[in-house]
Amino acid sequence: MADPANPGAGGDGGGNRPALALHVPEPRYRPGDKADFSHIDIGQPGDQPRPDEGVHPSTMAGLAYGLVRVLGDDNQAHGPWNPRLSPDTLRAMLGHMALVRAFDERMFRGQRQGKTSFYMKCTGEEATSIAPAMALASDDMVFPSYRQQGILIARGYPLIEMINQIYSNKADKLKGRQLPIMYSSREHSFFSISGNLATQCPQAVGWAMASACRGDSRIAATWVGEGSTAEGDFHSACTFAAVYNAPVILNVVNNQWAISSFSGFAGAERTTFAARGLGYGIAALRVDGNDALACYAATEWAANRARGNHGPTLIEYFTYRAEGHSTSDDPSGYRSAQEREEWPLGDPVTRLKNHLIAIGEWDEERQSAMDLECAERVKTTTKEAEKNGILGHGLHHPFHTMFEDVYEELPWHLEEQAEQAIRERIAKFGTERPFG
Amino acid sequence: MSEEPATVGDNVLTERRLNMIEAINEALDIMLERDPDVIIMGEDVGYFGGVFRATAGLQAKHGKTRVFDTPISECGIIGVAVGMGAYGLRPVPEIQFADYIYPGLDQLISEAARLRYRSAGDYIAPMTVRSPFGGGIFGGQTHSQSPEALFTHVAGLKTVIPSTPHDAKGLLISAIEDNDPVIFFEPKRIYNGPFTGFYDKPVEPWKKHPDSVVPEGYYKVPLGKARKVREGEALTVLAYGTMVHVAEAVCLEKGVDAEILDLRTLVPLDIKAIEASVEKTGRCLIVHEATRTSGFGAELSALVTERCFYHLEAPVERVTGFDTPYPHSLEWAYFPGPVRIGEAIDKLLKD
Repeated sequence: MADPANPGAGGDGGGNRPALALHVPEPRYRPGDKADFSHIDIGQPGDQPRPDEGVHPSTMAGLAYGLVRVLGDDNQAHGPWNPRLSPDTLRAMLGHMALVRAFDERMFRGQRQGKTSFYMKCTGEEATSIAPAMALASDDMVFPSYRQQGILIARGYPLIEMINQIYSNKADKLKGRQLPIMYSSREHSFFSISGNLATQCPQAVGWAMASACRGDSRIAATWVGEGSTAEGDFHSACTFAAVYNAPVILNVVNNQWAISSFSGFAGAERTTFAARGLGYGIAALRVDGNDALACYAATEWAANRARGNHGPTLIEYFTYRAEGHSTSDDPSGYRSAQEREEWPLGDPVTRLKNHLIAIGEWDEERQSAMDLECAERVKTTTKEAEKNGILGHGLHHPFHTMFEDVYEELPWHLEEQAEQAIRERIAKFGTERPFG
Repeated sequence: MSEEPATVGDNVLTERRLNMIEAINEALDIMLERDPDVIIMGEDVGYFGGVFRATAGLQAKHGKTRVFDTPISECGIIGVAVGMGAYGLRPVPEIQFADYIYPGLDQLISEAARLRYRSAGDYIAPMTVRSPFGGGIFGGQTHSQSPEALFTHVAGLKTVIPSTPHDAKGLLISAIEDNDPVIFFEPKRIYNGPFTGFYDKPVEPWKKHPDSVVPEGYYKVPLGKARKVREGEALTVLAYGTMVHVAEAVCLEKGVDAEILDLRTLVPLDIKAIEASVEKTGRCLIVHEATRTSGFGAELSALVTERCFYHLEAPVERVTGFDTPYPHSLEWAYFPGPVRIGEAIDKLLKD
């Protein structure tokens, strides 16, 4: 509608000038649509060159816009990025991925059964956390986002501690303070997960700067979803990482979806996420995130670069979030149900399994037995964890613990409020309850 | 009470006197020397030594990896400091003006302040964020704000504001050694002298003030302890930073026998000192330069009313900045100066 007070405004342009048009991104497919990903250029396995780790980022355009792939449709490893891992390492990797998948299944069901409030699966993205975790040293510090449970599994963190945390039960080391899956383990060099997105990026850079300040040899790695690369924190992290040549790996897990918003809302219609690194002068790799060997090789390259004081690397893992964002959303409400099966890069567990079979180091029988063993192990551990309680009413920890660790010591106002909380507990439950 | 007696005349020469910038610089120097985990970073803090000179000479003395410049990114500065704290360092980031701290708020509020709690002590954020705050320097709305109440509202943060060179040094050392994140706001109007609010009178340098006597070497002023600026019977004044000196000057000019408490730490607050004083005087005036609505004065007023109600002989009075952006040319109309404070005192003492 033309605005009489502003004759240039409203639909018809201004005089001879063409009308401007606002572009609001729209994903290709919505519920009910047939998904077709043939427009995505995935290149060929083995095609990408593997430069020396000290290479200048300005020469990496091909690696930032292309796709590093190792595993081919023939289930063989191809090209210079083949990390040439031993069959034992490959089987261990497959085992971690199978365990994460079994764990996710069970915890998701547990949430549906009312055992806890919330859960997030990493189905389809297992390789993006497990392979990098295996390529890093066990004492390299990781600053994960919320979908990297694979790191804890790969680092041998006890499953029961994960479940205790998910249930916020009396054995939860985080004392029921954190939303399920927001783990923390200093012992496993795994930073406390935040629900505020991308905050971990500059923190990882800071940790890496500190390590470099001290002449340490440990490096840091962080993971962020492609959606939250839009946060200022991500860009601060890139700036600081570049300025101080920090020994850090910035992993962007591009799983195409941020809850219901497709990657276009983070800028994916215009460029790749890896290419963001080039503008900062950061080495950049765009990697098939469903190819565990490529994920491993990319991290190994970036870790060597960091350890050699050649600086940070931004790695984009091009993958697909096969399930919902969390237990709180239903992806059939915003995207085509066909996308998962049509995804051109397949499933990471199947691909690694097929590779091991193709090189004669694995077979379907052992796979079935392993899957069964993973499911049994998770089931047994879950039952063990349930002895410590499930979320339920949530009142598992003494009320005084609510006030601890806000500060190193309780100031007077928290002491007063703790007394009040305990009075309220006695008013409601009497003095007989075990907690309080 | 300050440990040193007021000294005048020849005695001045026998005691070392510093302005607040020098005292802060000395505290930083001492902590860099004592603790290899302390690092200082911020915009222009390195080679140049800071826009207010608070870090002058520190890079030359302690090296580029201990004291260094940062990109202009408060989000990055605080975020990196969180990561350094997780590593085991004790960062002392500077935010060039408190007005610039907002891009770093998420890292302060959701990360630094919550880290010990959410990780059940796995990780801590032992950082001290130094930042010049407050007006009175014709800084306009982006170089004059007093955002302390944003931080006192955040569980997990401590907020400290010195009002003298002696306290600035001792409080800063305490803040750096504290294992919780501390917001350390430095009242920039009194960096070079104890401003009394009479903007039309000549500026006094710190050298004439008893609390510019700063002991050499390491000492601490504990967090959470108020300072009794002067004893009095007529009313209690609760203030911090620049306003301590303004309130003191107004009381002196009016001949009011006020008991003035310099809070020094807003969180944790020295509630015992406040209660003891208000119970004695029965009247309470709260003064801050920050805007009024939901300012820290509202918290103080509520605490005094809740805890000292039966000792009060008049309603608690607040004197604050107005609820406007900090104006440039109308600075002295905005500033809670002698006229506004004087009227409040008259009102409190009326009955």
